[in-house]
Amino acid sequence: MFWLFAALAVGGALMCITRRSPVASALWLVQTLFSLAAIFVLLDAQFIAALQVMVYAGAIMVLFLFVIMLLNLGRGSATDMRGWTGRLVALALGLLLVTELWVLVRSPLASPLQLPAGTLSRVAQEQGVVAVISDSLFRTYLVPFEVTSVLLLAAIVGAVVLAKRRL
Amino acid sequence: MNQIPSAVAWTWLIVALPLAGFVVNGAFSFFAPNAKRAISAVGVGVLVAAFAVAVVVVRAVGAAPPEEPWILTYWSWMPAGSLQLDFALQVDQLSAVMLMVVTGVSAMIHIYSVGYMGEDPGYARYFAYLNLFVFFMLVLVLGANFPVMFVGWEGVGLCSYLLIGFWYEDKVNADAGKKAFIMNRIGDFGFLVAMFLIFQTTGSLDFREVFAAAPAIFEVGGATITLITLALFLGCTGKSAQIPLYTWLPDAMAGPTPVSALIHAATMVTAGVYLVARANVLFAMAPISSAVVAGVGALTALYAATIALKQWDIKKIIAYSTVSQLGYMFLGVGVGAYASGIFHLATHAFFKALMFLAAGSVIQTLHHAYHATGRHEDAQDLRNMGGLQRYLPWTAALMWVGGLANIGVPPLAGFFSKDDILARTFARGHEAPLFYLFWALGAVGALLTAFYMTRLMAYAFHGPNRTGEREREHLHEAPWVMTGPLVVLALGAVAAGAINLPAVLPGHEWLARWLEPVTFMGGLYLVEGQLGAATEWTLLALAAGIAAIGMIGAWQLLKPAVLKPAREAPAETGIQRVLLRKYYVDEIYDTLLVRPLAWLSDRVLWKTIDAFIIDGVAVNGVARVARLVGWVGSRLQTGQVGTYVVIFVLGTIVLLRALLRS
Amino acid sequence: MLLGPALAVSAILFSLGVAGVLLRRNAIIIFMCVELMLNAANLAFVALAQQLGPDGQVIVFFVMAVAAAEAAVGLAIVLAIYRHKQTLDIQNLNLLRG
Repeated sequence: MFWLFAALAVGGALMCITRRSPVASALWLVQTLFSLAAIFVLLDAQFIAALQVMVYAGAIMVLFLFVIMLLNLGRGSATDMRGWTGRLVALALGLLLVTELWVLVRSPLASPLQLPAGTLSRVAQEQGVVAVISDSLFRTYLVPFEVTSVLLLAAIVGAVVLAKRRL
Repeated sequence: MNQIPSAVAWTWLIVALPLAGFVVNGAFSFFAPNAKRAISAVGVGVLVAAFAVAVVVVRAVGAAPPEEPWILTYWSWMPAGSLQLDFALQVDQLSAVMLMVVTGVSAMIHIYSVGYMGEDPGYARYFAYLNLFVFFMLVLVLGANFPVMFVGWEGVGLCSYLLIGFWYEDKVNADAGKKAFIMNRIGDFGFLVAMFLIFQTTGSLDFREVFAAAPAIFEVGGATITLITLALFLGCTGKSAQIPLYTWLPDAMAGPTPVSALIHAATMVTAGVYLVARANVLFAMAPISSAVVAGVGALTALYAATIALKQWDIKKIIAYSTVSQLGYMFLGVGVGAYASGIFHLATHAFFKALMFLAAGSVIQTLHHAYHATGRHEDAQDLRNMGGLQRYLPWTAALMWVGGLANIGVPPLAGFFSKDDILARTFARGHEAPLFYLFWALGAVGALLTAFYMTRLMAYAFHGPNRTGEREREHLHEAPWVMTGPLVVLALGAVAAGAINLPAVLPGHEWLARWLEPVTFMGGLYLVEGQLGAATEWTLLALAAGIAAIGMIGAWQLLKPAVLKPAREAPAETGIQRVLLRKYYVDEIYDTLLVRPLAWLSDRVLWKTIDAFIIDGVAVNGVARVARLVGWVGSRLQTGQVGTYVVIFVLGTIVLLRALLRS
Repeated sequence: MLLGPALAVSAILFSLGVAGVLLRRNAIIIFMCVELMLNAANLAFVALAQQLGPDGQVIVFFVMAVAAAEAAVGLAIVLAIYRHKQTLDIQNLNLLRG
């Protein structure tokens, strides 16, 4: 199950960065996001998975598609891919990064921090899926939460100001 | 803690009704601003209903007086770490008294407003604001912790601002609103500081927990408690218009007169007194702060009375009188006579609301008269009145009742409450002679009160009429919807004194005993000065004598007959001019604080420090260095984002590598 | 336990995102690659949250909020650029040249 979705996610991402047309890229990215949502479920993060589908795959990607359509970029004219040098550089740096991250992934977790296996799913069973996140979100992280709302407000204002033709 | 009676569970309704009124009337003001019948029905209806519920609740309190406050928790408001705040209301003897005063007087003033504001295009907006104000005021007096109270405290400030600037088309009114708002902000700063300190020291903001914990945590007369209470009192001076933050209140008279009666006489400005009485433990544990409260109160009482002597604007006189009476209340709570302060608060709410509303009737009829003949004269200037008792007999009689109660003529309400405060101040004199001085200030203030009130009445209602020949026929009595509430308030002004008759009279000190469960904590730290019956009788007689001397003196010295209308009146000179210009305090504040601050900001902070040092040397100097470096560096910049990204990723990889190594 | 595999997938996705940014010149696609990187980070957070407690999921929540804000502002900038230059090719956007 996990490997299926992992393959879908990676494949989607690969297609996303190699397709010529922006619309195709965006749709492949949507596939990646959906696969990630599925992986989130497998990782006991059902609420985050739902958010992923709604916010990312739903709202944000629609926004992207909307802008692509608005600017009429659907039929990718000439490719925007870089030349052979650029591709080589990208490939090399990507591989370098992945090897480094691989080392990082293999390093062990600090054991005292680890929860016993299945804790999260048990909490989700007992108190509901949302309780897992809401409890710490609205207590420990109340202030960051409020600050986020300010950030979103600022983003709204900023987006309106930037996108408006004339103020 | 005894069982909460089921009737008390209705308390939320008292608060919710005015809020509902605000919502409905707010909607009206957008969609149907001319549906005046519906607006009046909603605006007045919710207040009458709230008053009825308040009566039920207070009856329940009276039937089974609680030892401890009944706390009604509605929802958890701010559960953040160690700060656990609930939105909770609290019903006890003190909030019961405030409930009756606030809902009762508000209901009367709402009814009066139907007549007074009937022709105003902003009728719906007016009632929406007024309902909102009552909502916040009730939150203030019912809140069970400091932040809930602070919500009410800020809310009434907001409504005050909105209503002072109600006729905002006129810049003067809008400015008066801003002044009130800013003065209140200074006070609120004190309130906030006090809340932070209280939370830091006691770890709670609930009234019950803070007051219960206070004796164990604070040392009597210690620096912390003194700082907390002084900061709280700074908040009080802002909200309740005491020295040095009183200047906004007279300017606040720019609002509609019922607003002045409700917000700037009966309810909001007394919030500071309520706060001190509520936090009586804290103040009692800080004798220095209490003395400051009493001293500021006594000074304000005298000082504002001297200004009131020479004002010509009828509302300004009553406004300064309010400041002065608030000073008495603070004198009361400052000397530890918390019940006396609340007593004066209650009686004052009746007679000062009465004075304001009666003045409103006078102003309105003058305004109509001048409007009818097209002359532009000041409808609030005493010099344009005179002899009005012939045209407004009811208003004149009722205003006399309010005036006499304010002067403190026995057996009206103001006599007992003011004497109560002065007697208790006098009683503390054994402890420190300073209290004798406060008493003397208060007594002289009472003399001046009698004088300026008599002057107001004499110039407005007696002697020849100075309104004008043609205008005279337009002068007429106000409609019943306006005089009706006056009658009710007058009854209160006559009879409210009965709730706390002095110890030497029958039924003695009922209110003080009623408030005992709230104030006994503070009482533990006070040396109660006892007065013998003889002394008490002497003080009563002295108070009556002061009132009589002031009135007779004013009646003898003032000659309404020779007064000229405002436009013909000569300019004042000497001390009169100083008093008329309110000791030039606004000008002094302007010269001492506003202008230096503006100069400091302009010349020093902006032109020297900011423009020259920071901009010139620091910013531009750094910029020049940066530009030099940048010029060198700019050779490297291709402007190609792609290149940047490559370099950025390379850098990340190198850093990550370094991290993995370590 | 899926921690190791999940983190591996996260690393691969992140590297693909970086490669995408390096590979493409279209501003919108670069944006999408940035979103891809953010998602890879989210995956790492969620995977670790399973081991270290639900705080990781809260962080994902915040990342999503920031991503939404970033997308809104970023796309607004893209719109503004397109209106100004009639192109989204970042090779033609060289206002940063020294």
